[in-house]
Parts: sequence; structure tokens; C-alpha cells
Amino acid sequence: MTRESVAVPCHLQINGQDYSADLPPSVTLLDLLRERLDLTGTKKGCDHGQCGACTVLVDGKRVKSCLILAVSIPDATVTTIEGIAQDGRLHPMQQAFIDADAFQCGYCTPGQIMSAIALLEESHVHSRAEIREFMSGNLCRCGAYNGIIDAIERVVSQQHRNQAGEAA
Amino acid sequence: MNVISTHIGQPVSRIDGVAKVTGQAKYAAEAHPPGMLYGVVVNSPIARGRIETIHDAEARQVPGVIEVMTHLNRPHAALFEKSYMDGLGVPGVPYRPLHDGEIHFNGQPVAVVLAETFEAAREAAMVVRVDYERWPHNADFEVALHQKYMPSKTRSNYVPPKPRGDAAAAYALSAVKIEGRYHLAPEHHNPMEMHATTAIVEDDGTFTVWDKTQGPQAVQAYLASALSLSKDQVRVRNPYVGGAFGSGLRAVYNVFLATLTAEMLKRAVRVTLTRSQMFTHAFRPEAVMDIALGASRDGTLQSMIVKGVTDTSRFEHNIENIVIWGLINYKCPNATADYKVAPRDTYTSSDMRAPGAATGVNLLEMAIDEMAYACSMDPLAFRLHNYSDIDAMHDMPLTSKALRDAMAQGAQHFGWHDRSMMPGSMRDGRELIGWGMATGIWDAMFSPTSARARLGQDGRLHIATAASDIGTGTYTILAQTAAEAFGMPLDRIDVELGDSTLPECPTEGGSWTAASAGAAVWLACLSLRRKLIDMLARSENAPPWVKQDTVTLEGGILHDMTENGPVSLSLPDALSLAGYDALEAEETAKPGLRGKISQMRKARFTHSAVFCEVRVDPELDTVRVTRLLNAVAAGRIMNPKTAASQIRGAMVMATGMALHEESLMDERVGRFMNHNFAEYHIPAHADIPDMDVLFVNEHDDEVSPLGVKGIGEIGMCGTAAAIANAIFHATGRRYRNLPIMPGA
Repeated sequence: MTRESVAVPCHLQINGQDYSADLPPSVTLLDLLRERLDLTGTKKGCDHGQCGACTVLVDGKRVKSCLILAVSIPDATVTTIEGIAQDGRLHPMQQAFIDADAFQCGYCTPGQIMSAIALLEESHVHSRAEIREFMSGNLCRCGAYNGIIDAIERVVSQQHRNQAGEAA
Repeated sequence: MNVISTHIGQPVSRIDGVAKVTGQAKYAAEAHPPGMLYGVVVNSPIARGRIETIHDAEARQVPGVIEVMTHLNRPHAALFEKSYMDGLGVPGVPYRPLHDGEIHFNGQPVAVVLAETFEAAREAAMVVRVDYERWPHNADFEVALHQKYMPSKTRSNYVPPKPRGDAAAAYALSAVKIEGRYHLAPEHHNPMEMHATTAIVEDDGTFTVWDKTQGPQAVQAYLASALSLSKDQVRVRNPYVGGAFGSGLRAVYNVFLATLTAEMLKRAVRVTLTRSQMFTHAFRPEAVMDIALGASRDGTLQSMIVKGVTDTSRFEHNIENIVIWGLINYKCPNATADYKVAPRDTYTSSDMRAPGAATGVNLLEMAIDEMAYACSMDPLAFRLHNYSDIDAMHDMPLTSKALRDAMAQGAQHFGWHDRSMMPGSMRDGRELIGWGMATGIWDAMFSPTSARARLGQDGRLHIATAASDIGTGTYTILAQTAAEAFGMPLDRIDVELGDSTLPECPTEGGSWTAASAGAAVWLACLSLRRKLIDMLARSENAPPWVKQDTVTLEGGILHDMTENGPVSLSLPDALSLAGYDALEAEETAKPGLRGKISQMRKARFTHSAVFCEVRVDPELDTVRVTRLLNAVAAGRIMNPKTAASQIRGAMVMATGMALHEESLMDERVGRFMNHNFAEYHIPAHADIPDMDVLFVNEHDDEVSPLGVKGIGEIGMCGTAAAIANAIFHATGRRYRNLPIMPGA
């Protein structure tokens, strides 16, 4: 019996929607999103966990979806680039990427944005050097690195302003 | 063309930004037609030989597998070699995928497995076994150098070096001399999106092919020719391209294989290359340059001798302009150059960002730095001392060259004048600090291009041309150009690119798109504007104030000043009154007679001055680039925001060239062995400092209709040399091989 003839139940919540299907165990989370659910915003840049283009949030943490088998994370909550804008309004990180010209071809961009959102949660944003270090799992061949750091800093200072506003 | 800019030259955010940050932009592997099959390519593990037997029985047993296509069972494709020539192909015999059982290079496709799911195709591809008869091969560049030759037929863009004076005699008599062999490792483009094709068979039997390419019309022509189809049977689309940097100039084998298998099975097929397979086609050639420079004691260059060799395949002659740049850019009375290619049994090397100049300018600028030091002169002062205001190789004036301004402004912003000359003399704690600089030069090209402008009843202006935006900002600058020319707010303009059915546009590359497609859009919009007012003026229903010479179109509204005060008309109303649902105009921008005469009489280049700071740990020999500044003279800048990103992006790639990127050949099997991002390092966030970009003022009405020179490549040229020169300044050690890995 080959691997392809086996199917394993898979339950996930993806961008707030329940997903259930029987899947061959060899299907990665990335290929599930792109090829079976048409959520092509998550990109395949290497399929080896080396480039970060496929970064999504699983239970709030950033992961490389090409290194995760879909059936291995039962009942997990998955958030992709398609799931972060709310009520038609861009997520602040998405808007900051546009404002700071933080991309050129746009292919690594969803992964950079998902990674950046998680970075803020992880609080690795105290300096440009720290942001660089903790974003280094997301490659960009167009070389938009300066813009990406600018975009993240914009969102960080926005948050600080908002928090200061709330405190006042 | 005189333009008063309200849109051109503004730092507008990308108009394709929302599509890209939301994941809605659709790339080549993202169309999902019903019934689509997945194709996974099996590649040859040998460099030369012949296929004896293909064992595909096990692969065919994997559930979901539909077909294993090889040279034995493929459908008919064109027989003749010339049918596989692509637009930007090089002289020689093009590679024909699955043509026969002969193996020409390691990584050559030998089979495509087609299955209902990607997982099944991948699994089956792993169990296809092929027996080969192995023939001797050579993949060693050093060995290939002994077989170097000059092809009898060259590429159309090849510029033969033109000697002047007596370089050998002048070198012999020079008081100060340097001589050395400089080397650049092969590099792979590695755009983040891997090459991919989704080939769809439409109900009428025609093909819609989503391909990762820089030239949809070139791929259309290639497929039509190679598959014996007529052009109107093939539509190629590439509205979004996830980077390319030259890897998408020629048709890659996935597009041929996907379309051929789609034709064979009458089903849609997607073929996506793996990252490892991205090392089985285009790459920047390995290069050596033997450079000898002679100068008098006061630092005046007296002789320049440049001999360069790059590698090519055994079946095609890839030719690059690597040896000419110093002869063009420096005033030196005696100069000569020689260029040859060295054949090896690999796939053909190809154009990668700033082909020729990225190699030739950077290696030469490292030698210039050595010469400056040999003359005990500041490297910037040395370059100014030997500055040429003309194309010194062709003894031709230039349309413009604001390199002096770039050097001065760059030096000032960087603080170059605080530099101490002595290598190893600048420190911060235990770290050695080095400051280096170099200059860059690249062609400013203009190619005939067509564009269409259409005004619809919804009051929106629709611009269309078959250009490709590979991240270059083309969507945005064309919208800005249209806004300016037509008199329209930017948010009422749509730009459609990346479709072979659109007006003719050459393959994107060489930094010519902004100048060429920009001019075409400009003309089309002016033409449409004239047409609209003409039609309206002729219409019985139109208000009497509408006349060609007095009416203005601003902010998307027609205005005029009458005796009774200002009057205006909206564009949808204007269309209705003129009796049209829509109006369109198509124009082609060409050099014209004046342009052609100018091209014969004057040379045209973009220039730059790059300044770099590195910090070197003297114990660990680690190098960090801590500052990079590029002052660019590139004529009119359409959008300083996207343009600065272009320059920064090229500087990142040049940092890779200087410090990281090297495709390592295993000569025994003839394969690049480090075929992934873990072993082929491209710069990551942590490698790249904040970079400064300055655009110096350079007004040049002659170089192209809009005064644009193009900025895609210039950031590569000189940047790697500036880093190398900074490493010398920090350490006192000269490295003549790129990438520089002092600790290795």
C-alpha cells in the first residue's frame, strides 16, 4: 500500500472557518492551503523551511507551513494572510508594508507580514537590530529589507501611541 | 517632451500594493482550473550521455498517477532546432526539452510525472528510474578556460571592445603598475517564486498559459513555434511575477513541459519547479578578468588591458559585455580588451541582473582601487583625476553624465572626507572599520513599445501593454505617466500588464521598461485626449466651449474659461455627448528619426557612486556591512519611492555577490551542489544595514522621450566593488575573488 492510498481525518480552524476532510498524511499544511483550499496567499518559496514565504500562524505562533503535515496539528487554529484584514480594513501591518514600500515583487510579502505580526506578539521589537535578527527567517530576494524594518517600526510606534492614549 | 509634473516624480505607493499584502495577487502557480493535473519533473543526474532505459512501472502504480511522459511517448513537437529559439536566446543550438534521449547537462529533464494530486506526482517522480550510458564531460571552469573561444556569431547586444593607443607599450613604460586575475563565482537568480506554469486547455482548444516570465509575448512566440501552433492559439499571462532578475528572460523548461502535457492529455497541467530545480537552468556565468593597469606617478591612467572569459554551455554561446566598461568610463589614452567564452557541459549561463556590468564593473572597480593605492591617491580623487566626460571607447559624446555630482553628493552624505587613507587605521574598539567606494555604469536603453489607453463610461482610464512588472514598480509608474499625460486622478486609472494579447512590449529587462513603456503610455494618453476632444467638438450635442486648443483636462474633468465664467464637463458626460460608450487609442513609441540620429552620435548610460562601510572582526575575520550609500544619476526618476527600493534591492543582491553567493560546482557529476537556500546563502535581514539612496539631478531630454534612463540594474554595478574595497581598507588585505570570505 502506498502512502497516497491512506487518508487520515483532519480538523482545523482556518481563518475562523472550520475545515474537515480526510487527507493523505503526506499533505503539508502549505499544500493544503494552496492546492486544496485555494488560499494561495501563503507562498511556496523552497518547500524546505529555509525561506519563510509560507509563514502562517498556528495557534497564534508563526510557523513554516511547508514543514508541517496538515494531519499532525489536530484542531489547530490557522491564520493566513487572507485572514488578517477585518471588515475589509487592512491589518495595520499590511497598511504599513504599503506605506513603507516594504516589498517589490510581493511574493515573500505574506510570509513577512505574518512573521512580523507574530514578532510583535513575541515582543522582539526593541531595536532595528533585534527586529532584523528575529525576521531573518524570512528571505526577500528583491531586497526590501529596509522597508520591512521601517514598516514594523511604524506599527510598533502606532501601538505605543495607542497604549499611551488608552493609559491617558 | 516637456512635462510639468504633478504625478510623474511623486513618491506614490504601489498601486498593486493591496493585492500583494492581502495575498490576492495571483502568480503563475495560482490559477486553479477544474481537473488540473500536477506535473513533477524528473531530472538527469549525469552531465552527458544517453538514456538507455526508463523504468516507470512503479511510478505508474502510485494511485492518482495519470501519465509519465518522456522523450519516448511525448506528443509531436517541432523537429527543428530553430523552432526552439526564443526571443532573448543566444547563438547556438537551443535545448529542446524531451526531444530525444541525449543528455547535455546535469539537471536536464528526462520525464514528467502527471498525477491528480501534487503529493502523488511527487511520490511517483521519486521512483522513476533511468539507466544511462555515461559519456565523459567537463564541468570544471579551469579546464574549460583552455578551450576558450570567440563565437563567430554574437548576440545583438554584444559590444566588441575597441582598442585605442598602444596599451602594451604604454603599460611597459608606466611608472606604476598593477596586474591581477579577478574572479567571480557563478550565481543563481533565485527569485522567491520558483519558476512555474499553469497551462489550461480552453473549450475551443486554445491554451491559456500562466507562466513565470519576464516576456509573455516572447513565451507565446516560443510555445507557438516549438509546439507547431499558431500564435492566436496561445495566450500567455503573467500579471504578477514573484521576482526574476533575468531568470525569466528565456522560456524555462517548465512552460514547454506543462503546455506539451496539457496538449497531450487535454487537461490543465501545473508544473512548479522545486528550489533545487531552480539550479538546473539560468545562472550568472563564472568569470575571470585579467586586468593590467599602468599609470604615471601623478595618478594619471596610461594603460588599461582587460581580458575576460565567462562560461557557456557546449550547445549555446552565451556572451556578456564584461570587458568594455573601464574603456568607456575612464580617460586613459591606451586601452585594449579581449573577451572569450569557455564551454562546459552545463546548462547555458544567462543574463542575471546587470548582465556583464555586474561582473565587469565590479571586478574592474576593485582593480581601480588597487591602482589608486599604488599611486598613493584617495580612491575618489583617483577616479575624478581620470574622469571621462565622453564614452572614451567610442570617442563619442554622452547624452548626460552627472557622475561627478553623484560622487560629490555621495561623498558628502557619507562623510568620505573624514576617512583616513591608511588601511587598518580606523577602529571602533576591537573592530576594524573600512570605508570603500566605487562607481557604476549601465546602459540607458529604449526599445519600441506599444500601449493602449481606453476611457470607459465609468469614467476610468484603462492602460494596457504587454509589459511585465516583476516587482519593478511598472504598474505604478505607468499609472503616474497616464495620470500626467491625460489629466486624470491616479485612483481613476487601471493598469493591465502581463498578457500576451495586449499591445506589443519587449521582454522586461535591461532597465528599458520605464523609458520605453512609459513613453508608449504617454503617447497613447495624449492621443486619446486629442481624440476625445475632437469627437466632442464635432458632436452636435457638445457645449460650444469644447475646442481642441482651449479646453483643458485636469483632475479627470474637462474645463474651459468662458465669458460667463468657468464651465466643466465630466468624462462620462463627455463620452455620452460625443456618442460613445468608450474611446480608445493605441500608440507605439519609437526612437524616431531624431532619436535614431542621436543614438548614432551619442552614447547613453546611467551612472552611480557607491560608498560602503564594513566592520571586520580581526580575530574571527567576520565581515559586516554597516553602511551603504548609492548616489545615482539616472535621468528623470518617475517615482522616488519605488526607485529607491529598486536601488536598495540591487545593493542587497550585490552584497550577496560580494560576501555570500557562490554556486559550487561538483565537477565529478557536473552539478551545482549547494542547490538550496541553506547552502546558497542570499542576504537575510540580519545581513543588511540601513541603506541610503540619493538621486542626483540629471536632466536629459535626449536619452528617451520622457528623459528616463532606467534604474533596475545600476544598483548592482559598483556596489560589490565598494564592499571589497572597504574590506581592503579595514584589513589591508586584497581579495580578488568574489564572494569574499575572509574567514573561510
